[in-house]
Amino acid sequence: MSFASFAEFIAMGTHGPYVWASYGVSLAIIGLNVALPLLARRRYLQDEARRMRREESK
Amino acid sequence: MNWTWFHKWGSPKWFYEMSGRWLPWLSVAAVLLMAVGLAWGLAFAPPDYQQGNSFRIIYIHVPAAFLAQSVYVMLAIAGLVGLVWKMKLADVALQQAAPIGAWMTVIALLTGAIWGKPTWGTYWVWDARLTSMLILLFLYFGVIALGQAITNRDSAAKACAVLALVGVVNIPIIKYSVDWWNTLHQPATFSVVAKPAMPFEMWMPLLLMVLGFYCFFGAVLLLRMRLEVLKREARASWVKAEVRMQVEKGL
Repeated sequence: MSFASFAEFIAMGTHGPYVWASYGVSLAIIGLNVALPLLARRRYLQDEARRMRREESK
Repeated sequence: MNWTWFHKWGSPKWFYEMSGRWLPWLSVAAVLLMAVGLAWGLAFAPPDYQQGNSFRIIYIHVPAAFLAQSVYVMLAIAGLVGLVWKMKLADVALQQAAPIGAWMTVIALLTGAIWGKPTWGTYWVWDARLTSMLILLFLYFGVIALGQAITNRDSAAKACAVLALVGVVNIPIIKYSVDWWNTLHQPATFSVVAKPAMPFEMWMPLLLMVLGFYCFFGAVLLLRMRLEVLKREARASWVKAEVRMQVEKGL
């Protein structure tokens, strides 16, 4: 472990804001890249389900 | 040489089945590699003797920058395959990889800017490395916009393939910018031929993060391509059966 305490870990020397801003932005973008395709897939399947129901009720 | 492995890629159905098998493994590998690399890099690697703890930004900056450039090379290869062999899947791969590459370029530029402030005293300089990375972002925007602007799928595929191939000239410029010009940006961190200039406990987490980012890209690309294949091949009977099965599963 490179840090003596959790407070020191958060502080990152004097570079806390820079390190955490970088990691925060990057993880948010990575999360977005995973979530968007999953949501798009769900939306597509929901649309398809609606279309199938419509065709069956005809 | 036996080319059957290559011809298989001509079948969207084969791709859909295989990618369904690869996806869980890639996802697990991405999560594990990135979790270990992140914890190791953030908490256990020693601080840099000059930069202190701000150097920990390297563990996302370098993998994202690697990926941003690799994805563009992949775009160009997919473009070439699409142009030469008229493979439908090549255009699917090109279109679906471009947004991920653009996002990785954004991460590399943003984390680089944040890292620049404590290290260089400025967020941005018109340095050769930084400028060529910004051009890479614009090339990605160009490919994405072109793909969406042309409604005819075949014309769009051709135009995007040509743009991807022409734009790939920027990749060696990015790579060698730190050698060709006097840049503020430091030279390459990793080399295939030389021993790493960092101690083991600094470069090992970086290697894990790089591998983790590649697995993440693979998983997200497959996820996006599989949906696109379902949409483009919607008239095929196997797609109809697959969609029906997924709908009945209640997803």
